[in-house]
Amino acid sequence: MIGVLIAVVTLYLALPIISLFFQISPEMFIQAVQNPVVIKALWLSLYTTIISLAITVLFGTPFAYFHARHSYPGKILVDTFVDLPLVLPPAVAGVALLVLYGRFGFLGRYLDMYGITIAFTTIAVIMAQIFVASPFYLRQAKSLFEQMDPAYEQTARTLGASQFRILATIAVPMTAGGLVSGAVMTFGRALGEFGATIMFAGNLPGVTQTMPLLVYVGIESNLYIGLTTSILLVAISFIIMIVVRIVQKREANRA
Amino acid sequence: MLEAAIVKRLRDFTLDFQLNVKSGEISFLMGMNGSGKSTILNIIAGLLRPDSATIMLSGECLYKTDDNINIPTEFRRIGYVLQNPAVFPHMSVRDNIAFGLRTRHTPPSLVYPKVTSWMDKLHIADLAGIKAGNLSGGQKQRVALARALAIEPHLLMLDEPFTALDVESIHSVKDLTLQFVREMMIPCIVVTHRIADSTDIGDWATVICQGKKEWEGIPGEIPEMCTICRCQ
Repeated sequence: MIGVLIAVVTLYLALPIISLFFQISPEMFIQAVQNPVVIKALWLSLYTTIISLAITVLFGTPFAYFHARHSYPGKILVDTFVDLPLVLPPAVAGVALLVLYGRFGFLGRYLDMYGITIAFTTIAVIMAQIFVASPFYLRQAKSLFEQMDPAYEQTARTLGASQFRILATIAVPMTAGGLVSGAVMTFGRALGEFGATIMFAGNLPGVTQTMPLLVYVGIESNLYIGLTTSILLVAISFIIMIVVRIVQKREANRA
Repeated sequence: MLEAAIVKRLRDFTLDFQLNVKSGEISFLMGMNGSGKSTILNIIAGLLRPDSATIMLSGECLYKTDDNINIPTEFRRIGYVLQNPAVFPHMSVRDNIAFGLRTRHTPPSLVYPKVTSWMDKLHIADLAGIKAGNLSGGQKQRVALARALAIEPHLLMLDEPFTALDVESIHSVKDLTLQFVREMMIPCIVVTHRIADSTDIGDWATVICQGKKEWEGIPGEIPEMCTICRCQ
């Protein structure tokens, strides 16, 4: 009985993924991978995701630390806004970004006067990814810093360390494993971003057409391109999950 | 010399306490859990803000409500070993001891000899390269003590330093504490809830109950009625 339950759940989740690999021959896969559209989308996805992750970690780590360690008025409100993108439909996030930064948006119309356009550019791709994916890192970082015994930071302060020094030399190294897990989840979410990107950045090959967008277009026009891009995304996601597992295992062994 | 007069309203009572500790002397602060002992140390260290206080250390004013003086923790030069000795687990023993010297911009050429000398004094030289997270309780306590003393503090404060240690380590930490407090001629406050700890090395003892001074005197003469635990 238990075996059947485990088999049913596993098969339900695994079968669609496995069937992807049987829908296309190795020759067709190799041919499609060499298609310039696929290569462009792959590079665009990888470099926008890396930039999104770098910005999230750079600003998100100190934000999460000071947020976790200080109480201030409106903290609950800040928490809510940080968590909101996790439950918000990505398409709504895209519309929201467009309403603010679009050419006729609240902020966008002023930027437009100075010749700055954000919507439907590569910058919009990155902004959509950060908006949708950063909460995964922020939540993880916040909870790690909250769980840390304040004695370490208090001791460091009596030894003369500033808050930024404590963050860099005590708080981050002591939570490094968990932070890496959070960063990897953010990377994965940003890589798979579709709804907000298509709304806010559009679908221009080489400029805003990331891999998930190419999957959507490919399935409609050229099935092999859609399948090949899907398989590439599955492979990258698989690697991400393995990295998370290894990091978690190392953490468990250390503790 | 440390002179402190502290008032702070806590959840269940008001902490209203005066404490004077002479240079080169160890003063024990005793009382039951929740009596306000650690709060006093945290206020002296600057980690907690009092409602009103005057704190003077070696003639320097660290905190004075009336004159709006509040020297930040980072600049108070207090060696403070908390109840969790909080050795930084990801750093080696050597880097732990060097931490306070580096934050105070000690020239790198001086850091190494100072760290080596403190490791020798506390008999932990053989642990120098080991990650501090892998040490035993007694070793951690000695690393924390070395780290606190390496900054050449004007005051040493130890919060329950003997609780998690075996008998041998307790003797060793007590002897070392006494030796360096006398040598460096700095005042020292040790918080504990066990009378037995104070009688060996304490010059003075104060018993605190619900934020108020209940008794003070020579450690061996604590009267029966005092609230602290007499377990060994």
